[in-house]
Amino acid sequence: MSALLFLIPVALFMGALGLVAFLWSLKSGQFDDLEGAAERGLLDEPADDD
Amino acid sequence: MALAHSLESHEQEAAGPAHELDLIVNGMHCAGCMRKIERGLAELDGISMARCNLSTKRVHVEWQGSALSDRDILEEMKRIGFEATPFDPQLLATADDQHAKRLLRAMAVAGFAAANIMLFSVSVWSGQASDMDPETLHLFHWLSALIAIPAVAYAGQPFFVSAVKALKGRALNMDVPISLAVLLATGMSLFETIRGGHEVYFDASVSLLFFLLIGRYLDIRMRNRACSAAQNLMSLRAVNAQRLLPDGAVETVSIADLRPGDLVAVPAGGRVPADGDVVKGMSHIDASLVTGESLPERAAPGTAVFAGTINQEAPLEVRVTKSDDDSLLAEIVRLMEAAEQGRAGYVQLADRIARIYAPAVHILAAGTFLGWLAFGASIHAALMYAIAVLIITCPCALGLAVPVVQVVASGKLLRLGVLVKSADGLERLADIDQVVFDKTGTITTGDLKLRTAIGLTDDEMTLARSLAIKSSHPLSRVLAESFSHCPILPLENVEETSGLGLSGKYQGEEIRIGNADWVDVEGHASDTSGIWIRKGQNAPKWISVTDTIKEDAAAVLDYLAHDYRTHLLSGDREAAVAAQALHLKFDEVHAEQRPSDKIAYLERLKSEGAKVLMVGDGLNDAPALRAAHVSMSPAEAADISQTAADFIFQGKNLGPVVKAIRTATFARQLILENFGFAFLYNAIAIPLAIAGFVTPLFAAIAMSSSSLIVTANAMRLNWQRRN
Repeated sequence: MSALLFLIPVALFMGALGLVAFLWSLKSGQFDDLEGAAERGLLDEPADDD
Repeated sequence: MALAHSLESHEQEAAGPAHELDLIVNGMHCAGCMRKIERGLAELDGISMARCNLSTKRVHVEWQGSALSDRDILEEMKRIGFEATPFDPQLLATADDQHAKRLLRAMAVAGFAAANIMLFSVSVWSGQASDMDPETLHLFHWLSALIAIPAVAYAGQPFFVSAVKALKGRALNMDVPISLAVLLATGMSLFETIRGGHEVYFDASVSLLFFLLIGRYLDIRMRNRACSAAQNLMSLRAVNAQRLLPDGAVETVSIADLRPGDLVAVPAGGRVPADGDVVKGMSHIDASLVTGESLPERAAPGTAVFAGTINQEAPLEVRVTKSDDDSLLAEIVRLMEAAEQGRAGYVQLADRIARIYAPAVHILAAGTFLGWLAFGASIHAALMYAIAVLIITCPCALGLAVPVVQVVASGKLLRLGVLVKSADGLERLADIDQVVFDKTGTITTGDLKLRTAIGLTDDEMTLARSLAIKSSHPLSRVLAESFSHCPILPLENVEETSGLGLSGKYQGEEIRIGNADWVDVEGHASDTSGIWIRKGQNAPKWISVTDTIKEDAAAVLDYLAHDYRTHLLSGDREAAVAAQALHLKFDEVHAEQRPSDKIAYLERLKSEGAKVLMVGDGLNDAPALRAAHVSMSPAEAADISQTAADFIFQGKNLGPVVKAIRTATFARQLILENFGFAFLYNAIAIPLAIAGFVTPLFAAIAMSSSSLIVTANAMRLNWQRRN
């Protein structure tokens, strides 16, 4: 049972990390243009082009 | 941090003031377009940022210094090959945008909490069958409580706020039973946790919030998408005005900056930016969007012209007479606001059901409590059973029943070219039993064509064409096109007399086409729905012109005639309306309707108990669009009509109207099925809860499965057969 003392905080911490990461990405506008983000993957790096 | 910030702002000052510009670029479709725009703009000197948003079809540009102006940016866009329209993000940002973000954050928090609490709950459920010791059980309960309480406090807010608002207004909506169930489940579980009890419902309360938030968020996101698409359509035409300065120079200003007394240039094909009087130039004005009249009106110095009408032929100079506040538009807006009040009383289906459902559930819970007390249970046990009833009846399926169907239905309509702008638009559309159409621009395309030319000889047609081809008057163009099978004869002495007609000579004989005065016909002076032709001293002959009925209008009206009463309300002249109504199946036809007449007509229908769908496009329809039970407007409609309408449909045909009605009717059926299912679920679960058989595990399974079934049922909309 003592493993729980270790595993539960780890699980919660990882969950919270995911939540914080999501809220951060939301705040930094990464969800503002989902279609654009999908298309941008097709673009070359600026340096490689012309 | 502070230092970096001050350095940055110092740098900005050095480079000159910072500017930004937001553009709508409807032609942007793929990664290639985005690259072209972003690179193209970046090449301009001073541009610090150019970022495309493909989902909203908008571009944000920032630059330093005053070397660049808005106009340079627009010209660069044109050079790259994109039509761009500036817009004010402040004006277009809807309150819904913020609301959607808040819902998404709440959803993330609820999702995180639900997943982690479920981690403990699953252990507890399986632990009850095996060897979990009481200490671990209580530890898990406490941990669940620590996650659930802040999560409920945060993620529940959208529901709590709305419930409190409803209660303050002495009404009940779906959020009241939802809030109550969530708060009671959490509160009771906390109490049990402190007491060291066995049954806690943290997982149920948090996952309930999570499911409901998903439904709400998707609903609002779909509507935001439709609204932003609608705004893009509209601002495409938010033209700037060309103001003429005293020294002869032209400057481009926003329409909002025009003041009475300003002189503006209106190019041929351009929109009149403000109400005013013509001071220079002769042209014809297409006022169909404003008055509903299908034939262009003559504009000469002294003629009053209205904002939003289109100058068809030649450049005009217009002296602005009215500012925004007292223009025709402002009058229409005033009428609209008055009409709006009639709508406020509408209660959405979900809330109507909540009004019955919420008291019923609360009475059941109270009955359970009293019943168990009467049977000799302890107060604590009776309370637990009563709360179990509240939790199990917790309207998860009910809360989802409407939003999931609306999301699927709006998504489907979006693909069909119909934008659902208002939250209750689909529900209202399913209610209707009468349809009122505007004529010009809605039933007809607004393009003129020849209707009848009785007794016209080939010879006269040829002469008419040869003469008409010399003029750019809209009616002349119709003649020239209609008789395009005739050869063109060389006429002599062709002259155009503005406001009257054309004359010319062929083999010594005078040919005239024009209005009644021009060919000396008595008693038809004001009739402009056609054109007269006179050859030599023969009797003049009448050629009538009408605007074209949309291709599928007849089919649409035939279809509607089965189930709905149809009306035609037009601002156009009696004769023009009657001519077109002949070909179409309308139950009632009324011509020469002013905006206030249209409202009065709709009010009369309403007082007779009718639920009316109004389809219209003109400025003169806008108040009626607001007064109707629900309204639709084509994408070419006047801005204000699009703002007023609940739905906007794209394309040149009327078919989307039928599709929208069918989808709304089917959506209503699915919503009712969902409610039926939710009640069935309650019919089974409530007796179990009253009898005290409900455990947290049972509650969790029942709630998620009912939500899934409701969602799956909504998906059937996508498989609706095409017809």
